Amino acid sequence: MAIEKPYLDIPGTIVFDADQARLGYHLNQFAMSLMNADNRKRFKADEDAYLDEWGMTHEQKQAVVDRDFNRLLALGGNIYFLAKIGATDGLSYVQIVSSMTENDADQHAAMMIAGGRSVDGNRYLHEWEDRP
Amino acid sequence: MSARIAAALFMSHVPAIGVASDLGKTEEPYWKPLFDGMQPARDWIAANPPDVVILVYNDHGNAFSLQMIPTFALGMAPFYEPADEGWGPRPVPTVEGHPALSAHIAQSVIPAGFDLTLVNEMTVDHGLTVPLTMMFDKPDAWPCKVVPLAVNVVQHPTPSGRRCVELGKALRAAVETFDDDIIVQIWGTGGMSHQLQGARAGLINAEFDNRFMDDMINNPEVLAEVPPVEYLREAGSEGIELVMWLIARGSMADLAGGGSPGEVHRLYHVPASNTAVGQLVLENGTVTA
Ligand SMILES: [Fe+2]
Repeated sequence: MAIEKPYLDIPGTIVFDADQARLGYHLNQFAMSLMNADNRKRFKADEDAYLDEWGMTHEQKQAVVDRDFNRLLALGGNIYFLAKIGATDGLSYVQIVSSMTENDADQHAAMMIAGGRSVDGNRYLHEWEDRP
Repeated sequence: MSARIAAALFMSHVPAIGVASDLGKTEEPYWKPLFDGMQPARDWIAANPPDVVILVYNDHGNAFSLQMIPTFALGMAPFYEPADEGWGPRPVPTVEGHPALSAHIAQSVIPAGFDLTLVNEMTVDHGLTVPLTMMFDKPDAWPCKVVPLAVNVVQHPTPSGRRCVELGKALRAAVETFDDDIIVQIWGTGGMSHQLQGARAGLINAEFDNRFMDDMINNPEVLAEVPPVEYLREAGSEGIELVMWLIARGSMADLAGGGSPGEVHRLYHVPASNTAVGQLVLENGTVTA
């Protein structure tokens, strides 16, 4: 019998569970490797060559090259590891986080100062049905 | 005489708070209200210093990769260096451990049914060092020893709220059988509401957070039954860190037939970067009916 996952109907959210971790293991280990300055240098010098050293899928490598964080989450990435890719690019957490939303970094920071994104209308997938 | 738990503290561990302190930005308009708000907690701890803090926190992919994912990892070491999280290590003092208390906790808590992973060498990331900054500002050396207890809240399933409360009870029993006349505090860190990923990133739920603090003080056994999905849905995907507060709360006297906690400090502030900040100081067993 399948494990019940009641968190699958939260909109705009991919919960990093053991199944996601299985998909994303090499992706996250690649991202973790960027904590090392030499590895950052090698990655920046030739992204494709560095990515080929890791047992990642073509889709995962392409999403890294595209810096498509939402796609990377779907492909098994975890935000704490993915943030190390952003850090390698010199991005702040607010820049990384806002890139996954409808807002740019300034708009996102302003939203946070105004109290953040409300939970109302953002609890269940069906509440997002009308969104483009 | 034996050791005793004098207080339990609860607080967020937002990395940006550490950065603000490290870069001397605490007087800037963005940060001043938060740092002013934490001052009563700093005053309190200056008057009520612990010998040792059992510091419950999580690692954020810094000391631990996904190679191994311990659900509960107890630090056993004499020293823990601040981790390099990708921007260089925080310029804060080395954290001094208490190996004898760690060993005693392992020998008490594992036989009681909690299969801790024991860690002899590890660095500690912002999850552990930011709460120290929040309480002690910028000293040359941290004024107490620290026993780190790292909890997996990064890869689901995380431990349940009930499991966390019960572990807290076991920690209390462990501390109270340690034959050394020392004052211990237990700190539960992380949260409050925040979401760092996906199109819903930036979520804050002040109503949930404030109710959570109310229940943390008055209804911990009810809070223990809140399922993980409720944290995820209501407090954001990273809001699940709040279950770690329940370990500290579980260690308090009222859950073992003693007096109720006395509230000495409560703070709630939005935002620090992407996160809601909560801070609570509860003295242990000081209120009797
Ligand atoms: Fe955290």
